[in-house]
Amino acid sequence: MKLLRRDSLKSLFLGNRTQYGLIFNVMLYLLLIAIGFVYLYPLLFMFVTSMKSPEDLLNPMVQWIPTEFYTGNYLKAFRVLDYPTTLASSILISVVPSAIQTVVCSVVGYGLARYRFWGKNLTFILILATFIIPAQNTVIPQMLTYRNYGLLGNIFSLILPAMLGQGYKSAIFILIFYQTFLSLPKVLEEAARLDGASDVKIFVQIALPAAIPSYIISIIFSTVWYWNETFLTVIFLEGGLQSLPMQLSKFVQAYENLYPPGTVNIFDRLNEAVKLSGTFLNILPLLLMYFVLQKWFVESVERTGITGE
Amino acid sequence: MIRSRGLNPRAREALYGYGFVMIWIVGFVIFTLAPLVQTFFYSLNQVTVSATGINLDYVKWDNYTRALFTDPTFVELLIEYAIETLVSVPIILIFSIIIALFLNLKFRFKGFFRTIFFLPVVITSGPVIQELTAQGATSAPGIAISGAVAEFLAELPRYLRNPVEYLLTSFILILWFSGVQILIYLSSLQKIDQSTYEAAAIDGASAWEAFWKITLPSLSTTTIITAVYTIITLSHFSENKVIKYIYGQTYAVEGGIGYSSAMSFLYFIVLVLLLAVVYLLLNLRARQELR
Repeated sequence: MKLLRRDSLKSLFLGNRTQYGLIFNVMLYLLLIAIGFVYLYPLLFMFVTSMKSPEDLLNPMVQWIPTEFYTGNYLKAFRVLDYPTTLASSILISVVPSAIQTVVCSVVGYGLARYRFWGKNLTFILILATFIIPAQNTVIPQMLTYRNYGLLGNIFSLILPAMLGQGYKSAIFILIFYQTFLSLPKVLEEAARLDGASDVKIFVQIALPAAIPSYIISIIFSTVWYWNETFLTVIFLEGGLQSLPMQLSKFVQAYENLYPPGTVNIFDRLNEAVKLSGTFLNILPLLLMYFVLQKWFVESVERTGITGE
Repeated sequence: MIRSRGLNPRAREALYGYGFVMIWIVGFVIFTLAPLVQTFFYSLNQVTVSATGINLDYVKWDNYTRALFTDPTFVELLIEYAIETLVSVPIILIFSIIIALFLNLKFRFKGFFRTIFFLPVVITSGPVIQELTAQGATSAPGIAISGAVAEFLAELPRYLRNPVEYLLTSFILILWFSGVQILIYLSSLQKIDQSTYEAAAIDGASAWEAFWKITLPSLSTTTIITAVYTIITLSHFSENKVIKYIYGQTYAVEGGIGYSSAMSFLYFIVLVLLLAVVYLLLNLRARQELR
């Protein structure tokens, strides 16, 4: 009896073959929580600072918990970013090119996965090359061409490359679709071909519906990447549409236009709390999207099988 | 359909294959190859943009020699970039493997932690990172530059000091580049055959031995992929100092399009060299492990 209890105590703390022991579990959670905290520290810091009133910022006693619920920073940042307009154009310039890019990349990926033709390996090498070539090696001639046609500042300067499979990080999406179509069974498509269906019809009616998860993953990743992209958008959208990250990068200037430094009292001067409120407003739509769709994000690698084997 | 009926199946297949891929090939020529060649052409010229158009003045390799031998900042930034990348890549890879190993265990709230570690991928953009770095939010808590650390840093030679300083001030930022890598490692951990571990356990291998002899060798191909991905992501990030410098020079009076194009190509060459070095190193190791 005594022996039995000692055994069960031992397995409670140290674990047995079927489950981890208590000590192991506690260590695991402590480690994960500690690492998770460090990992998210910039976000927590940003959020807490953005809620501080000017008095709290100056008070060295106030570290993590502001003394009052203060939303003034957000009101200012909201105005400085011109939030509704910028948000709308941010959504426009991220969703539209990514939807187009996804469709085009799926067509290309299907062609690579299902057909044998001369030069296929070369095509793969070139696709990988487009992933490696830095944007600044190709961007200036494009910019000058757009300028000639008056497309600078227009969303078409982002849509046109996407339409021809040269959008932002297109190579990854082509590879995702290549893997997806490669892993789908060919039987149905062959049966449809025997029944006289054309290649386009087979793609649209049989392959495409089976690859819906990859479409969703591509669109959401592409949207996020277009949203966060600033190198291309700053050059191509010059003087036109303004995305949230673009507006954030000239936050100081925009703030001083609204609240000229000489004329406002000391508490309305630009401080880090207002800047970080702007940053938080910037990532807020992405955070919401992430928490709603997080399953699609974190399962993307497994679902699309893009690990290269 | 009528036309293709006359063709033999092989030719027909190839024809349709080109049909599907053609859109990309056309795009590649228009939006990648042509601008790339054009940029190279610019890099051999002194380019001035005026209201009437673009004036070119052929200067041969002058822009390149200027970037490499005359410009005091470019080469320095380039070396700094190479060192920082080579420092960051192992940190990111090791961190990703550790987190992937954790997430591969069975415990409650696993999904929650997976969500946390992937979060930065969604929100990382140049201006956001710039803002966070400016407020000192990206240095590891507790080891932010104190007097003692600053004194220690002052003793180091310049090329060593910059990377160490970079490590201290951007430690979390470096970790933030691990999101995708963690997922890739996790999915290849899940592909390892569990019976290998059971067989090893029966032969008396400890979990420690199993990790070094089974888990790590199985991850060697994955490591090459993640390393390449990491280098490219770091090198294309819009807050990258070299990229910012090149961008600044494009519009600067003393720089210009020709000069910045030349620097773009030099940067591209360094990036390819970095990729080649890391690829060869890891490939060598992977082969040794297989043997």
